[in-house]
Amino acid sequence: MDLGQHASFVWAAYGVVACVLALFALWLVLDGRRQQRLLDDLEARGVRRRSHAAPSGNEG
Amino acid sequence: MAQLRLPRRAPRPLPMQILKQNPANPSGFMALSARLLPLATTAACVLIAIGLIMSFTAPPDYQQGHTAKIMFVHVPTAWLSMFIYLLVAFSSFGLLVFRHPLADVSAKAAARIGAIFTLLALVTGSLWGKPMWGAYWVWDPRLTSVLILFFLYLGLIALRSSIEEESLAAKLTALLSLVGIVILPVIKFSVDWNSLHQPASVMRLGAPTIHAALLWPLLVMAAGMTVLFAAFQLKAMRNEVLRRRIKALRTLEAEALAEPVEQAAE
Repeated sequence: MDLGQHASFVWAAYGVVACVLALFALWLVLDGRRQQRLLDDLEARGVRRRSHAAPSGNEG
Repeated sequence: MAQLRLPRRAPRPLPMQILKQNPANPSGFMALSARLLPLATTAACVLIAIGLIMSFTAPPDYQQGHTAKIMFVHVPTAWLSMFIYLLVAFSSFGLLVFRHPLADVSAKAAARIGAIFTLLALVTGSLWGKPMWGAYWVWDPRLTSVLILFFLYLGLIALRSSIEEESLAAKLTALLSLVGIVILPVIKFSVDWNSLHQPASVMRLGAPTIHAALLWPLLVMAAGMTVLFAAFQLKAMRNEVLRRRIKALRTLEAEALAEPVEQAAE
């Protein structure tokens, strides 16, 4: 594709946008996985939110 | 002798009103966003793919040739940089006035994404400026005011991370973002102040001054980028809700561990 004498500027602009947005999307996915794993670990240890807590028998 | 006994389950969870079941609270949001996120992601990918095809098959501009194609990424990122700031300010208002539990989650997520889109608007503008104006950067009213917007986003992120207490950080960041809204009219009207930057050609009174052959790819790219932002915002908010749940659970766990120690000390 011939984009004229300033083609490198056009490709650079599209390239920067694509790279930055792709990296941010990747970071969001990885961060989400990490948070979910941490939450699962806590819940596996028996720490639960009240809305999810099983009826507690060891109170008092 | 009292023995240190660790309860297997947290005996007395903290009251957490924000996690009660009703719509528009974090639990309701997590359920809704889980369904919306794949739709938004798919729609964004499709729209951007169509937009890219339209951009690269669009005819060259009669003055700028193919360099005008930079517009199809520059203008949507620049629009979004301002639109996202409006969302940050709107969310901040929601936090300060209505104390909506998701408002701060939204403001925090949007500030980071806004900084990214503003940076992209500046970089693509710079790459357009060099071949057309002969300089990557000039201290022009439009360019300078968008640079200030970028610093404002960085300021919001820095202010929040500098205060450890989360609710205080949220309130102060919300205040700063409401004060910072003055930059938006400055950016909008800066092109009329002896600026090198061209004035608005799409969002103006009267018809757009841009030919349909270049307007349509621009509109499709703008729609695609906006839906992509929506997907980013949903995902970032989901991550933030999880992060806050983890923090709340860790507090619970720490208290559950501390309680028997206190009893033992008595």
